[in-house]
Amino acid sequence: MQALYAQLLVGLINGSFYALLSLGLAVIFGMLNIINFAHGALYMMGAFCAYFLLNIWGIGYWWALLIAPVAVGIFGMVLERTMLKWLAGLDHLYGLLLTFGLALIIQGIFQNYFGSSGLPYAIPDQLRGGTNLGFMFLPIYRGWVVVFSLIVCFATWYLIERTRLGAYLRAATENPTLVRAFGVNVPRMITLTYGLGVGLAALAGVLSAPINQVRPLMGENIIIVVFAVVVIGGMGSIMGSIITGFALGVIEGLTKYFYPEASNTVVFVLMVLVLLVKPTGLTGRAA
Amino acid sequence: MADARMAGAAAAPSASSAPVLSVQNLQAWYGESHILHGLDFEVSPGEVVTLLGRNGAGKTTTLKSVMGIIGKRTGSVRFDGKEIIRASSDRIARMGIAFCPEERGIFASLDVRENLLLPPTVRNGGLSMDQIFELFPNLKERLSSQGTKLSGGEQQMLAIGRILRTGARFLMLDEPTEGLAPVIIQQIGQTIKRLKNEGFTILLVEQNFRFAATVADRYYIVEHGKIIDGFANAELQANMDKLHTYLGV
Repeated sequence: MQALYAQLLVGLINGSFYALLSLGLAVIFGMLNIINFAHGALYMMGAFCAYFLLNIWGIGYWWALLIAPVAVGIFGMVLERTMLKWLAGLDHLYGLLLTFGLALIIQGIFQNYFGSSGLPYAIPDQLRGGTNLGFMFLPIYRGWVVVFSLIVCFATWYLIERTRLGAYLRAATENPTLVRAFGVNVPRMITLTYGLGVGLAALAGVLSAPINQVRPLMGENIIIVVFAVVVIGGMGSIMGSIITGFALGVIEGLTKYFYPEASNTVVFVLMVLVLLVKPTGLTGRAA
Repeated sequence: MADARMAGAAAAPSASSAPVLSVQNLQAWYGESHILHGLDFEVSPGEVVTLLGRNGAGKTTTLKSVMGIIGKRTGSVRFDGKEIIRASSDRIARMGIAFCPEERGIFASLDVRENLLLPPTVRNGGLSMDQIFELFPNLKERLSSQGTKLSGGEQQMLAIGRILRTGARFLMLDEPTEGLAPVIIQQIGQTIKRLKNEGFTILLVEQNFRFAATVADRYYIVEHGKIIDGFANAELQANMDKLHTYLGV
């Protein structure tokens, strides 16, 4: 039983990262119509940002949680302003190719300087150790990652679905021309939206640094799974991304316990099944 | 509605006859196709001016060009004395032009309240929510419905209501009566008259000139992307034969 709970926890942790990443992808896709293949590289940059902050300036984890998403978000906004914005109105394929190329370049640069092995990033003192829940031992940091990710995901959901700012975002996703004709600076909103999505990816990177170490290619594997999550959840649905992210993490964890051989493929098998039955994804609106 | 703030705003446009909107040699293209071939017209403060013309004559394109939505446009559009032919549509909106598109543009992912609150305030003196509900009582009961679940008439009321909130005093309404029941057309006509009395300036596009005749001060006839004729409402009877030829009715 201990092993089952342990795998469930691993599943929830992975689910947290899936949810944060697919949420950003969904927001970006909705507003920019771009399938952001650079998302994994930006997630990696978040982790590296935390690493640099600590090792160059001695700035610790808590500040990194704030600074890294902002810094990488700004980097993302520069990418949007200088490159992605020229793709408006073109086929999805262009955005996909451009962001894929960007991911290769960013990852290549980091790999050039830091190799492929992991750099250590220590768990902050306040979150060290663990607690015995009776049925299992819970490392505090892992519990923190799950709870904090849930809070961030639902805060993002609230921002988009329940606030005035979110109403602009939803409206501009539907009909950017008209929203602009009402006096809203839509191009600036698009840039900020990309920054928000990228910031969420960087935040996931910081959260993962103490668990998975900091590696130039850390985003490469996870992003493939995250795309499967997005396809299953339905492109462009906020709540769908969050729930599917956590659910697939848990399903993966359970598979590791019951049938470990399939644990790396279960997400993709599910993706194929969902695509066969409901091509728009579980919660997707028709494109 | 007879509210001091609105009455004050109504008095604001000076008695001078300087046009609030002045369009000269306006040309516009959709991709490769040349739609507007040099339009000239003017709208004075407090007027209701109607663009009449057949389908495809370029009426909607004219409104969209003034609003800055059509990408390629040349010529001159002056609003309140300022050249806006090169301005982006968000800037044009913030200068005080509000646009109600033909397809109404109600957002499906927003409820009625969010739709109403969506257009940002561009200046003081817009209608309050209560004043909008007084004009369109139906909206008040449907505030939490999804925007596109409303009937066609209610959607049109929502589309007009939401731009009245912004404080813009120059409204462009693209075929507000299209596809609506007579009783609703009547209600929209009364609304337009009331807005005119309160000093709003309105540029209207209509196919239905019987409706236009109940609200308009002046008409321009648009054909093949040009203004081919224009007359005041008082001259409508005298121009009836011409009008029938122009509109092919």
